[in-house]
Amino acid sequence: MASRAVTLSRGSAAALLAGLAVAALTLGPVAAVLVRAGGWGDLGPGDWQALRFTLLQALASAGASVALAVPVARALSRRRFRGRGALVALMGAPFILPVIVAVLGLIAVFGQNGLANAALRWLGLPEMTIYGIHGVILAHVFFNLPLAVRLLLQGWLAIPAERFRLAASLGLSPWAMFRVLEAPMLLRIAPGAFAVIFVICLSSFAVALTLGGGPRATTVELAIYQAVRFDFDLGRAALLSVIQLALALAAGLVALRLGAGSGFGAGLDRVARRWDGQGRLARLADGLWIALAAVFLLTPLAMVALRGLPGLAAMGPGTWEAALNSVTVALISTALCIAWALPLATRRGELVGLAGIALSPLVLGTGLFLIVRPVVNPFALALPVTMVVNALVALPFALRILRPEAEAVRADYGRLALALGLTRMAWLRLVFLPRLRRPLGFAAGLTAALSMGDLGVIALFADPDRATLPLQVYRLMGSYQMHAAAGAALLLLLLSFGAFWIFDRGGRVNADA
Amino acid sequence: MLTLEGIRYGDGAFSLAADLSLSPGARVAVIGPSGAGKSTLLDLIAGFRRPDAGRVLWQGQEITAAPPDRRPVAMLFQENNLFPHLELWRNLGLALRPDGGRLREGERQEVERALDRVGLQGYAARKPGALSGGQQSRAALARVLLQARPIIALDEPFAALGPALKEEMLDLVRSVAGELGALVLMVSHDPEDATRFADEVVLVADGVAAAPVATARLFDDPPEALRRYLGR
Repeated sequence: MASRAVTLSRGSAAALLAGLAVAALTLGPVAAVLVRAGGWGDLGPGDWQALRFTLLQALASAGASVALAVPVARALSRRRFRGRGALVALMGAPFILPVIVAVLGLIAVFGQNGLANAALRWLGLPEMTIYGIHGVILAHVFFNLPLAVRLLLQGWLAIPAERFRLAASLGLSPWAMFRVLEAPMLLRIAPGAFAVIFVICLSSFAVALTLGGGPRATTVELAIYQAVRFDFDLGRAALLSVIQLALALAAGLVALRLGAGSGFGAGLDRVARRWDGQGRLARLADGLWIALAAVFLLTPLAMVALRGLPGLAAMGPGTWEAALNSVTVALISTALCIAWALPLATRRGELVGLAGIALSPLVLGTGLFLIVRPVVNPFALALPVTMVVNALVALPFALRILRPEAEAVRADYGRLALALGLTRMAWLRLVFLPRLRRPLGFAAGLTAALSMGDLGVIALFADPDRATLPLQVYRLMGSYQMHAAAGAALLLLLLSFGAFWIFDRGGRVNADA
Repeated sequence: MLTLEGIRYGDGAFSLAADLSLSPGARVAVIGPSGAGKSTLLDLIAGFRRPDAGRVLWQGQEITAAPPDRRPVAMLFQENNLFPHLELWRNLGLALRPDGGRLREGERQEVERALDRVGLQGYAARKPGALSGGQQSRAALARVLLQARPIIALDEPFAALGPALKEEMLDLVRSVAGELGALVLMVSHDPEDATRFADEVVLVADGVAAAPVATARLFDDPPEALRRYLGR
């Protein structure tokens, strides 16, 4: 039976328009790819190798991230110490950390002339290299360990304190406690966390571009890029895009089924009151895990700052121009993403927005490349295409943040607005937007940071005299100007975090009722 | 006259039928067990739900399909009667300017007068969060005054207030409604409210909103459904 409740249906035309735009901009490129892939192009043995490598590294990265996250999350859930809040907050940082910056930081620690090799040399041990599959996995763990920790920490903190109290009063041994309380939670949360990270690593591009490469460490995304940039074999790029699409869709569906929360959850600064793990050994182990995680996450960032500061002076005008491009791209994609997200902040809209997460930027980029090529020189459209794709890619995250809040505003004040007969504009201006300031600021901050740090489509489209800052860093690295690259990376880090901070802050100031 | 003519409304297992008339200026309590459909009845009158069958009429004019703001009804909800981020004068001003436009001098004075009337002089620049629960109820009532509709629908807006405060608010509603000459429909769980406030009672039970009965008569000789509800 149709429900005849009269509800606020503000902006349904805008929602339709936004939904159509998203659908056209995702399905259009996919269609272009599918059409182009039919008939032409042949997958070489290298491409099958890329597929195998993609799956292998994603499995290893997700496995390592989740396995390492278990002891760290457990330690964080039951220890109170100074700086715990800061450390948990830091666990959210890799999300907005530009990949290329992290890669530079990791190279500074684990690379040829990095800290780790210095230590190994001093100990008289053989040196290590960061390039190849282990480097790719290392970088993926660096990015996703914090996400896994946050997801598992949420699970740990969701175990009611009464259960731990009961366990303590029963005098359960640590092993019994683990089996009764913690293992069931892990079995529930860990598969979802694994799946999410697996999906993220499947479409890894920038990490593979910088640390992988070569026939033995090429992901499908990287193979798409190489097919377009080096071989200009659009048919093969299209075929690879179809493979990537199928991979991401299949894995995405599995991840959606296993569901693992968003990791944006608040309240992680709580510490559960616990009676277990008071022994000296347990304390020592927990402390060790926390310290290891902190060092692993903080050292590369510290190295970026350390090596970047002197490098700031070594940056040429090209870098400043690239920085300006990046800021422009970030601002416009943020505006675009928010303009999409506001009307789509409904259940149905969120499903539409999910398209952005299932499609990799490189697939979208390839499709758009194929679409615009007959009309204009794709390389001239590098920046606009990057803006659109960045907005699409950030859309699912923006919707994740906005939808619950938008629905709450509609549920709480929709009837009052109807009773007063508020006009569309009055509702938007006086109620909807002001009530959504905080989540809007947060979503805009994430989008701006993601877009600022993105190194994906731009690599596909850019010609030599056009670059964004991440691409500029990559090019400087490629031409062994490590000083200038370090400086540019620090600038990029500051711009990304700064953009996030300004937007997020803007949403909070005076946002209280 | 507010007339519900052969109204039928259903949603899954829930159903409600109403066939009744209420006179302008009357004070009517709507009572009945929870889940019986008291709020649904108000929603049908205020336009937040459309009936499956039947007509809603006010003074002979059909309003069955009219949106809430085009009906002769001002409604107070259980909660969220004020936008928390807007000052009282803005909240109240929306009753006069639903487009959110700037208030003219006369309108501004009207808002001030309405606030005076409910005992909130000098509160125009405050936000709801800076008011007590009772003051928030008063502010919402001041807006009802500004809306000046001939029907006031109260969906238990004072449920969260203490007994003394609630009585005070009901007195205020009575005098505000008297000034407007408005028909008041008040949903309540509390039979006491009905006897103290209403001249008539609409009993909602067993899927039917019964025709109004004079309060005294109803409680002297309660029908079966009411006896069950009252536990007598």
